Amino acid sequence: MITADRKPFEEIKESIKDYEKIMVLGCETCVAVCQAGGEKEAEILASELRLAFGNEGKKIEVNDELVVRQCDDEFMGDPEFLKKVKEADVILSIACGVGVQHACNYFNRVITDKPIRVIPGLNTTFMGANIDVGLWEERCLGCGDCVLEKTGGICPIARCAKSLLNGPCGGSSNGKCEINKDTDCAWHLIIERLEALGELERIKPVEMYKDWRPSHSGGPRKRVREDLRL
Amino acid sequence: MKSGSNLERLLEKGEFVVTGELGPPKGPDVEVVKKKGAMLKGNVDAVNITDNQTAIVRMSSIATSKILIEEGLEPTMQMVARDRNRLAMMSDLFGAYALGIRNMLCLSGDHQSFGSHPEAKNVFDIDSIQMIYMVKTMTDEHKVICGDEIEGDFKMFIGAASNPFADPFQYRVHRLAKKIEAGVDFIQTQCIYDMKRFKEFMKQVVDMGLHEKCKILAGVTPLKSVGMARYMAANVSGIIIPEEMIDRLKGAGKGNVAAEGIKILCEQIQELRGIKGIAGIHLMAIEWEHKVPEIVEMAGLLPRPTL
Repeated sequence: MITADRKPFEEIKESIKDYEKIMVLGCETCVAVCQAGGEKEAEILASELRLAFGNEGKKIEVNDELVVRQCDDEFMGDPEFLKKVKEADVILSIACGVGVQHACNYFNRVITDKPIRVIPGLNTTFMGANIDVGLWEERCLGCGDCVLEKTGGICPIARCAKSLLNGPCGGSSNGKCEINKDTDCAWHLIIERLEALGELERIKPVEMYKDWRPSHSGGPRKRVREDLRL
Repeated sequence: MKSGSNLERLLEKGEFVVTGELGPPKGPDVEVVKKKGAMLKGNVDAVNITDNQTAIVRMSSIATSKILIEEGLEPTMQMVARDRNRLAMMSDLFGAYALGIRNMLCLSGDHQSFGSHPEAKNVFDIDSIQMIYMVKTMTDEHKVICGDEIEGDFKMFIGAASNPFADPFQYRVHRLAKKIEAGVDFIQTQCIYDMKRFKEFMKQVVDMGLHEKCKILAGVTPLKSVGMARYMAANVSGIIIPEEMIDRLKGAGKGNVAAEGIKILCEQIQELRGIKGIAGIHLMAIEWEHKVPEIVEMAGLLPRPTL
């Protein structure tokens, strides 16, 4: 899933201080699962803002709304909802960066008589997995050319601090990365896993230069499925 | 013969070589380079010029190398994968060759989080092993990565590092083998203090015949103080310092620790000379360049051979 963290409260407060009617817009998918931007978080953030501005005697109206997925037109077309969007001075989206941008794009496509302002309430962090209660770790960088079949299902691009294809570097110590002792050395994990699988031979040949074109280095990416297009 | 550098020719001849190390200044102060160079001249066969070591901004390795050439020393230009993509690497290598640099060392580079600009974006377009292969292709096939011919001469004597003290230990020798497969000519190891582990590593190297496929220089660094030893053991990636060595430094008593550190180092060098597969010493006297003449003298490594 995509993980995110709520921005510091003061930063959020500063970003909306010039507006009166605010809609905090939650997203029920990834950011709800990682407890950063779902229904509960939207409600909490809206009340915190009401309280903070109220204490300062500032006139402000903060409501919270929720859509299933801000990254998809399909879940945002309810006319009643769009009416509220139009009435708001600003939409404080607590979706991931994809959701914020898509909501902005969608609202401004369907509401043509007023520009709609959408700003983020979260910092989007990574594509990761829920490892334990309250713990998420990065697992994929979306490089567009998966190598997991060679590396025992552990990604050296996302999980090695240097994205080495021929690791581990000289900084690997007791299974930990040189950047800090809380980070596993991905290559240590790869070697252990391949050894257990009896496939250590897989990483003995030199892995050649990576073609980064399918990654973000090739420019912003687009995925087209002609068979699905109308 | 590849690049025909002094280092390459001495190793080819079977001389027991000594390489030194010089950290460029944190600015364009040429005098610092000249001063450090003067201490190393005649005492080592080639000098590694670090490339923003520990991710701290310093004068470029390529410019410092050129100054050293002018001072009559032979540089080994270090290059890290952290700060350059493949285009910048190849372009700098052309420049390096044009300026007379004939040895280079391919490294991953310490992560920028250690250094002076932890907020920087790193590159890591290619890794150190791929860098070796790139320079090998440029030297042997006279081509850049995309296959285009190189205009003019280009030849480098290609080095890389090996850390026998990083983990997983059983894999370390295979990583060295990968560097050899990629085309490395010489290897300089991480600082050796744990002789037992190093000997185990070298046994694996010799059993696999790797010492016949590249020249291996044993890395050593004198311990200046008990504090330095403790700091390195705790903070420098892949350094193991046995407790008895630290006890020996402590036992030397106030005012004698540095001398004891040099004594330990000379004993280590003697021991390393006796290990099969070791072709020389890489002496990293970090910010202690003025002690190099004394160390090489005491270790019986003088005079340096001339060709």
